Amino acid sequence: MSKKIFVTGIGIICAIGNNVQETLSSLVGSRWGIGEITLLNTILKGVVPIAEVKLSTTELLDLSGNSGRKDLTRTTLLGMIAASEAMASAGIQEIGKYRTGFISATTVGGMDRSENFYKEFLANPSKGKLIDVINHDCGDSTERIARHIGITDFVTTVSTACSSSVNALIFGSNLIKTGQLDRVIVGGTDSATRFTLNGFNTLMILDKTGCHPFDENRAGLTLGEGAAYLVLESEEIVLKEEKSVLAEVSGYGNANDAYHQTASSPDGTGAWMAMSKALEMSRLSLSEIDYINVHGTGTQNNDLSEGIAIERLFGDRVPRFSSTKAFTGHTLGASGAIEAVISILSIVNNMIFPNLNFRTQMKELKIKPVTELLTNIPVKRVLSNSFGFGGNNSAVVFSKPDDNSAPTEHNGLTPELLI
Amino acid sequence: MFFINGIGLISPQKTSETKEFLKEVIEYHADYLTCIEPVYRTYIDPIAARRMSRLIKMGIASARMSVAEAGLEMPDAIITGTGLGSVEDTEKILAEITKEEHFLNPTPFIQSTYNTISSQIAINLKCLNYNTTYVHRTFSFESGLIDGMLQIEEGTASDVLIGAIDQMTLNHLKITRRIGLWKMQPVNNLQLMDEDSPGALAGEGSAFFVIGAKPVPSTYCRLTDAGVWINLNGSLKINKAVEEFLGNNGLTPGDIDIVMLGNNGDSNYDFLYANLADQLFPGTAQAWYKHLCGEYHTATGFGLWAAANILKHQSYPEILHLNEIQPSRKKNILIYNQYRNVNHSMTLVQSC
Repeated sequence: MSKKIFVTGIGIICAIGNNVQETLSSLVGSRWGIGEITLLNTILKGVVPIAEVKLSTTELLDLSGNSGRKDLTRTTLLGMIAASEAMASAGIQEIGKYRTGFISATTVGGMDRSENFYKEFLANPSKGKLIDVINHDCGDSTERIARHIGITDFVTTVSTACSSSVNALIFGSNLIKTGQLDRVIVGGTDSATRFTLNGFNTLMILDKTGCHPFDENRAGLTLGEGAAYLVLESEEIVLKEEKSVLAEVSGYGNANDAYHQTASSPDGTGAWMAMSKALEMSRLSLSEIDYINVHGTGTQNNDLSEGIAIERLFGDRVPRFSSTKAFTGHTLGASGAIEAVISILSIVNNMIFPNLNFRTQMKELKIKPVTELLTNIPVKRVLSNSFGFGGNNSAVVFSKPDDNSAPTEHNGLTPELLI
Repeated sequence: MFFINGIGLISPQKTSETKEFLKEVIEYHADYLTCIEPVYRTYIDPIAARRMSRLIKMGIASARMSVAEAGLEMPDAIITGTGLGSVEDTEKILAEITKEEHFLNPTPFIQSTYNTISSQIAINLKCLNYNTTYVHRTFSFESGLIDGMLQIEEGTASDVLIGAIDQMTLNHLKITRRIGLWKMQPVNNLQLMDEDSPGALAGEGSAFFVIGAKPVPSTYCRLTDAGVWINLNGSLKINKAVEEFLGNNGLTPGDIDIVMLGNNGDSNYDFLYANLADQLFPGTAQAWYKHLCGEYHTATGFGLWAAANILKHQSYPEILHLNEIQPSRKKNILIYNQYRNVNHSMTLVQSC
């Protein structure tokens, strides 16, 4: 047992790109995805910014090969686009050759449509189009995406708020490790909704100017939307098929803060535990981590708690770190997978992407994030953090597959082709 | 090996206030079955409970019951399966959004988040360990069972707390009735099988199980295996999946003493259970339970409770009988469930 697990494909759609290549070029060009609300129909338009995928739902239907269909939610469409890209990136042709699972994460499911249904329904219980509500539950998007990419062996959905897609990755990895599946596509998808935007607004944690994570004057998060998936394959498949590998999943950890339903504990216990477990499983020493893609939402509470946990774990040798949420916004159930893809791009390209919008050092911390793009530096091991409401904290460690190898060539994802 | 060491169940039957196994059965004539809730003071600090919505309280209380029964101090993992989470809170926000998006109370937003149940249990038990939530229709609970068994198998956990929890509300009933999920009129739950009409009887419940690597004095039975299948689409494929699942566990359909079926009174789909029963289990005792708890995404939690109790008490209450056959022994029980012929799941339990 205890096999190695490899990432052999990635796919993404978010505010800074409709695919991996576009996302990478935005990361390299420091082009952020936060701006005024243009697509979501909300009273908060012009009040708070958002990180939207800049394609209308009709355009998403076309891009995903579903033109004209009326039964698909934005959450499902984002997921289909990213999952298809991940499958293609892994070069999967014969899906039935190996036992393949699909584990998707979401926090809103089909809420982008059901919130429209409810308006008419509440005025008159016999009104409201049923086609807007049959997709409400979280499992619906997962099943439709699974059908779209042809997966039938195992399908399920995870929802642990903002750490959801890392927990999908953890479950998928465990299913491969115990030999129940050979290959699992893991990740998450969430579209922007009035439901979530207003929810965070009532909590008064939306930054009116766009998030600035790990900054002394940070004023909250910026909601984003998007989807990302990773193809995880067993060591056996990789050896047998001589597949090119993007990264190895070296370790992961899940812990609960058990402190407060929305606030992280002041000493970052859950965050510290999740990171410690991930590192312990990876059998790497603290000094072997080259970069941390932090959760870094930009809220007072998260960044302080996460910063304290990082300082507690790494002492005075904290690796380079950045939050990429000022690029992508906080994509909730998709964020863990989006940041996993960004972490892997970091490894593949030997780059560290900047923490945008950072100006002032936090007074409680000694550490500060990377604020400029770093290129041509060895990035062999990356820790990626995802922490959620309810104290659901998870972390994952990705490693370059072979420490002695040059940047891995994989389906054109080489630095030369990117810049 | 995995053992069911403790169970807490809040259901439309008197399952939380007595350990007696279906000695008294509650008859309803209703649009949907509603849980009989316990006195929460025993389980939750009343000040904290004031802000909690109903489903959160049900989850914490049933989790506490199962942990207490198993004599467990701290679970190594808390895993919750829920199809819809706190529907009541979700509806509150949707209603507020409708009023020009003016709402100021963040509590329903926080509680509508699917992982709230698992995390509130963690806060209540002060449990810092692995914590996750599955939200996939009728796979939600079984995904949790699979995950929990993996943790034990991998040696990362010895005792896992796994829940199956969902609620029904009047508005949700109205909407899903229009979709065609439910009976259009109130029905008598104990005469559900005589209805012979489309739609199920809706219900709700919260069942939490302590699954341990070792048996304890309170152990009910062994949890041998659980699995989920998507798109089996038709009886031939269902039969094949059942035979394979049993075969993987060294059994054949003939070894099953009681097959616990998910019949919910929906004439559009109950034939799938009848086909399976006729084709693979013709001489086997066939049981059902959804007339007691109603149909919901995680109703198999009630089914697992019933199966575990049959094995523990070596008693097979008549209210569960779907056919006339009496099992000659009560050793192996297969729970099979399907949801609209898309989501199929199985759980195998065996006496210790």
